[in-house]
Amino acid sequence: MTPASASAQASSAKGKARHSRRAKHGLRVSKHAKHKHHKRKHHKAAPRHATVTPNSAGLAGAPAPPAIPVSPPPPSSAPPPAQVTAITAAQARRLLWRAGFGPAPGQVQSIAGQSLETAVHALTRPAGAAHLSGPEPTDDEGNALDPADAYGQDHCWWLDRMVRSDQQLVERMTFIWHDWFANSNEKVGSQQRMLDQNNLFREMALGGFHELFLAVTTNPAMLVFLDGIYNDKHELNENYAREMMELFSLGADRGAYTETDVKEMARTLTGWTAEWTESKGWQNFHFDSSRHDNGNKTVFGQTGKWNYEDAVRLCVTHPLHASFFVSKLWSYFVPAPPAPGTLASLEGLYTTSGYSIQAVVEAILMHPDFLDGSELVTPPVVYNAALLRAIGRPIDTTAWAWLSAAAGQQLFYPPNVSGWDFTHWLDTSTAKARWEIASYVTAKSYPNPWPGKGEAAYSSTETPAEAIEHAFAYWATPALGEESKQCLENFSARCLNGVITASWQNSPYRALRQNALRMLIATSPDMQVS
Amino acid sequence: MQRSCSCNDFTRSQLLRAGIAQAGRGLPSIEPGMPLPAGTGMDRRSFLLRSAGAMLAVYGAAALSPRQLEVGIAEAMAAPPNQPVLVSIFMEGGWDALSVLAPVKEAKYHELRPTLGLAEGAGQVFSEDEALMWHPQAAGLAQLHGEGKVTVFPAIGYDPPDESHFTSRHYWEVGELNTETRSGWMGRYLDIAGNPNNPLQGLSLDYSLAPALATTRVPVAAVSTPSDYQFWAYGLDEPLTEPTMETFGALGALAAPSPAFAQARAASLDTSIIRNQVAPFAEHEGKPGFTSPVTYPTSGGDFPARLAVLAAMLDDEALPIKCVSLNAVGGYDTHSDEATTLSTNLGETVESVVAFQRDLEARKLDQRVVVQLWSEFGRRPRENGSGTDHGAAGVSFLIGSRVKGKMVGGFPGLSKLDENENLINTSDYRAIYAAILGQWFQTEAGLVIPEAGTGLEGPSHYGQVPGLFT
Repeated sequence: MTPASASAQASSAKGKARHSRRAKHGLRVSKHAKHKHHKRKHHKAAPRHATVTPNSAGLAGAPAPPAIPVSPPPPSSAPPPAQVTAITAAQARRLLWRAGFGPAPGQVQSIAGQSLETAVHALTRPAGAAHLSGPEPTDDEGNALDPADAYGQDHCWWLDRMVRSDQQLVERMTFIWHDWFANSNEKVGSQQRMLDQNNLFREMALGGFHELFLAVTTNPAMLVFLDGIYNDKHELNENYAREMMELFSLGADRGAYTETDVKEMARTLTGWTAEWTESKGWQNFHFDSSRHDNGNKTVFGQTGKWNYEDAVRLCVTHPLHASFFVSKLWSYFVPAPPAPGTLASLEGLYTTSGYSIQAVVEAILMHPDFLDGSELVTPPVVYNAALLRAIGRPIDTTAWAWLSAAAGQQLFYPPNVSGWDFTHWLDTSTAKARWEIASYVTAKSYPNPWPGKGEAAYSSTETPAEAIEHAFAYWATPALGEESKQCLENFSARCLNGVITASWQNSPYRALRQNALRMLIATSPDMQVS
Repeated sequence: MQRSCSCNDFTRSQLLRAGIAQAGRGLPSIEPGMPLPAGTGMDRRSFLLRSAGAMLAVYGAAALSPRQLEVGIAEAMAAPPNQPVLVSIFMEGGWDALSVLAPVKEAKYHELRPTLGLAEGAGQVFSEDEALMWHPQAAGLAQLHGEGKVTVFPAIGYDPPDESHFTSRHYWEVGELNTETRSGWMGRYLDIAGNPNNPLQGLSLDYSLAPALATTRVPVAAVSTPSDYQFWAYGLDEPLTEPTMETFGALGALAAPSPAFAQARAASLDTSIIRNQVAPFAEHEGKPGFTSPVTYPTSGGDFPARLAVLAAMLDDEALPIKCVSLNAVGGYDTHSDEATTLSTNLGETVESVVAFQRDLEARKLDQRVVVQLWSEFGRRPRENGSGTDHGAAGVSFLIGSRVKGKMVGGFPGLSKLDENENLINTSDYRAIYAAILGQWFQTEAGLVIPEAGTGLEGPSHYGQVPGLFT
């Protein structure tokens, strides 16, 4: 991983790998804590560590981690469970949030009632080039973005695709590959090189994993990020060798490889290099056979004069790869790990389809656990894109880059090679950043309580119920839970009681209330999950 | 609902008072930073806890299920001030112990490190083992060590070592060699000693929460910049700011149907509590919310500023802070370009840590704060050309006016390495945790670290570290 990954800005490193399974040792389940733990923190007695029951996660209230089993079931040819009835509005909403970047106005209603297959295939089987509808992205002065050179504009350039592309799942998978093969420009040091890698992820987003993995292995950004260009037969550098097995294809602590395999894999990967010039940085990435170790290497017990292509093949054909791949991919879409039967079916689907990403994603999106299971916390970038989609605002400011960074996710700058921790997005720091994102989203369309000359004043008669209705309509009518709605209705009904004491306050204070309601809806806990 | 106040100028403090009165709590209230109400016996701490209760009562729906506020408030008020504090500083990426404390007197060192090896005389000799030399950029630590304020663990680790960043870091974070544990070691301490209504007790000064602080029952917090924890929005202003933020918090107190939902709700509730707690440290009309008695370095990103505000917050007894986590300056995963990267990051980190210690001394807080510097592992003794790969045993420091200042476990030398050619450890990180829990926090360490015994001076599965503090 990168020496610069822990920059002052970057959030702390989080390994998904380390949260691979549920607690079993040292954390016995006590009887009383099994139920009602979703409410967190109301047990005030302090039992001994040995009887402490985490809810499903170490952080109170956090969702369960991705699970990569040590002893997975063998692949099965049985099809995974899939829903056969038409997709409901709630399921359509989930599909749009989790396989894309939130619903555009009217989109939920247009999908609900379709056959599930139609709705899913519309995402997983895009035809031709993506169409980006609406105005082109600009900076705050209206200039076209310069994603290859201007800091933060790479983030905004991609955010624009997330907002506008009609191939939402392609962008979402690109986003997943950016986390799976997490490289940071903090070390890569070239926005163009990161964008090239991003386009690689996009082009291969739903194709074969073997081809994607091979392309990533020799991708210049990756060669810089995990020191492939320094890995020479005379001076081995183990960085890529270790991570390609631990994070990209097999997983740590599963008995899939040994420390000797790491060293042998490093020998296998030798030969890639690049040339450094002061003016242009790294250029001319290529394989130099004089740097490659031509001798026999023994990896996973197989011996041969392996090279980097063999390295990728050996990982992908490893008996523990399929279970790693489908479990990890599943974890981006569903919070609870797949049941053994589902896991076995997905493994079978993956291997018999020739490592097809599309086949596995399609099966996950049609699975009842995805459609009807519990919520996931929405990643910051998805949250930001979804708010913009809801109000139909194009990218017209570069503020999104730093706002999203504060919320825990700046694109092209993952915290380290294991990517972002998708189970711990929300805390007291990132919640504040989401507040700021929501506020900035409203910046060009909020009613001004104190209008200038020629500006219309806000309604001086809007009732509390109308205020609620208008605020929900602003965000294209998101689905909030009944209790949350009740809380907002209480606020709407009460917040001006005794506050308005003169008639001149009628309009401006109602505008304040409307803005408050919009903020409260967008920042409500309900809007952080899908 | 009728407000108890109908004046035109409806201020924030009046709103809060109104809320509390209507919630039937019957206590007068004040704004953070305002003079204490005479004759009520309330201090700022009890006020802060009360205001959280008011928020829930004012806007909560019928189905509201707040924490057990009364009980929690009573508990927090009963806790005496001046509790011991641990500040845990993480050197991310695995710092190179053989550069931080370099065995320059060993010929083997120069053989293993032909380009990266430090020359004898480049830094100060380590007084407890003259074969070792402080990195020139660690001179500040050498000076504190000379004052008896640094306990050195020159080869700390565990067996068998794991060379994965994520696995090894996880072991350190959770305090056991178990990939499945989901709570951090400091988090489990807080689960025992903490309070169900005080998220500030476990504080990440960062953009996100540190896993070592992960709890299972009490709240903890992440605040990247305590001096700027204010909530502003377009077209939202007085007199609706406070009611809005109270509703924001009340939404966080509702029941949650899933763990993800619970995470989102808790973040909202804790955010509104923290907002009240850190308000006095905010910059106001261009004036800083606090002053430091010492000067902090200007380089090193957010790190020095975070330590400066931390010292000021520790000086406010209304804020019961127990465990704090920060990331040091930069990263230490120096597979390449090690000489420059390590020097810069180490130097900036050490300079700020020394300033923090001096700040604590000036504020007379140094007797109750201890700082630990740690990393997930050390690096491979044999260099790879311009850097070093992942290794095993590394170096750790405990810093503070009450540490014993006596090295724990010696330096094992380079003549015998482990089977992966890595440094062998002479102390186990879990023994240090046990000693901190037992001797610093006065808690039975075995409740937090499995098989750690009492952690006072008693037997531990991981060896003993008797008398770590004076």
